[in-house]
Amino acid sequence: MNRLSLIDLLLLVIRRDLLLAMRRRADVLTTLIFFVMVVSLFPLGVGPEADMLRKMAGGVLWVAALLASMLSLPRMFSADHLDGTLEQIMLAPQSLTVMVLGKIVAHWMLSGLPLVLIAPVLGLQFDMSPAAIWTLMLALLLGTPVLSMIGAVGAALTLGLRGGGVLVSLLVLPLTIPVLIFGAGAVEAVNSGIDAVSNLALLGAFLLFALVFTPFVAAQALRISME
Amino acid sequence: MAINWFKYSAPSTFYGLAGKLIPWFAWPAAVLFGIGFYIGFFVAPTDAVQSEAYRIIFIHVPVSILSMFIYLIMAGYAALGLIFKTRLSAMMASALAPTGALFAFISLWTGALWGKPMWGAWWVWDARLTSELILLFLYLGFIALQASIEDPRRADRASALLAIVGSVNVPIIYYSVQWWNTLHQGSSIKFSGTSMHVAMQQSMFIMLVACWLYAIAIALSRVRSIILERESNTQWLKELGEVRS
Repeated sequence: MNRLSLIDLLLLVIRRDLLLAMRRRADVLTTLIFFVMVVSLFPLGVGPEADMLRKMAGGVLWVAALLASMLSLPRMFSADHLDGTLEQIMLAPQSLTVMVLGKIVAHWMLSGLPLVLIAPVLGLQFDMSPAAIWTLMLALLLGTPVLSMIGAVGAALTLGLRGGGVLVSLLVLPLTIPVLIFGAGAVEAVNSGIDAVSNLALLGAFLLFALVFTPFVAAQALRISME
Repeated sequence: MAINWFKYSAPSTFYGLAGKLIPWFAWPAAVLFGIGFYIGFFVAPTDAVQSEAYRIIFIHVPVSILSMFIYLIMAGYAALGLIFKTRLSAMMASALAPTGALFAFISLWTGALWGKPMWGAWWVWDARLTSELILLFLYLGFIALQASIEDPRRADRASALLAIVGSVNVPIIYYSVQWWNTLHQGSSIKFSGTSMHVAMQQSMFIMLVACWLYAIAIALSRVRSIILERESNTQWLKELGEVRS
């Protein structure tokens, strides 16, 4: 039996991408360092008053997460494109949609998950309350996969173009605005004493919606870019 | 007699048709602009609350409506081009994009000019303004993607996919922004429910039709240029009298 089930295929792609990334750890770290750096620049720019920082923290961390995830997007398909692997993947009889989903998951584990894990430390720098920090982590956990998914469509469309890195941000950032609004809104809700569950529920809804459609759309975009 | 519905879906036949159609849209647009401006500036009475400054709505409202409407039309053409692989649909989509972006920009600009005397600020983070700004970003993304891909077929299909993804996202963005605004502070500015004077309604409606006709005329003339550019090495173009010289 050498037929792969879809789950096996998914796991295979994820394992492969993680393995490749582990061989070049610097790439993963750059995104993380960029995130930490952007967040740390804000107090330097607006001043160190704890009250104001506490109020801004949710928005600042979310915008920084958005920018950090844009930074790593061009890498999602470009290495495979350059060495010809992507063509082989597309020629394979297995579902391209599932393979794209695998690449999205791997991309999130390398660029989104580290941000979720480092966020509490940065939250403490901004003097956030423990409740707000938990909500922020939960919101990032639900929201950053959506960024990777929408980003995958942009990355696939701009594959191999000159100046693709800037272009992909231009295409993807407007589409991620709802995630930003409700992600930052969840933290804001906790700060003003309202239940954050409606914001988190909407983020979850975006996640499911994107999970259903974006791998397929990104696969179509890859076909357009590769033909 | 069988009608060939697809006759004008070929760039070579549509080129001539578009050329014949343009005056039929351009002249009425010019005349209606004249009438609309006349009624707007000289016939419509001064507003009780906003005095003369309200007159900017005669240009602001039509361009705002059309900037949103054109995005849908553009996405519709893009989808047609992607599904049926008709070259002309994709050309129409890219011909509409600059007009849509221009209207979105004029809408923001006139809005700012109106906002300064009325609200005392060039810009407020009102849901309506914010979503119009995001719409402008979406147009710019579409144009930028098209401009940066050299192969026209790939450019058409890639930007078509982007336009479709964008149009699915537009309602989500719109309601998010509205919700965000009410969560933050509750909209402080609302349009009063007062009924409009008849002359104001007439002028606004005439200006809307004029902008609409203008958009069609300019898109048709732009699509003619795109056809000339894309088909420059085809035989029918070489035989066309008007471009041979």
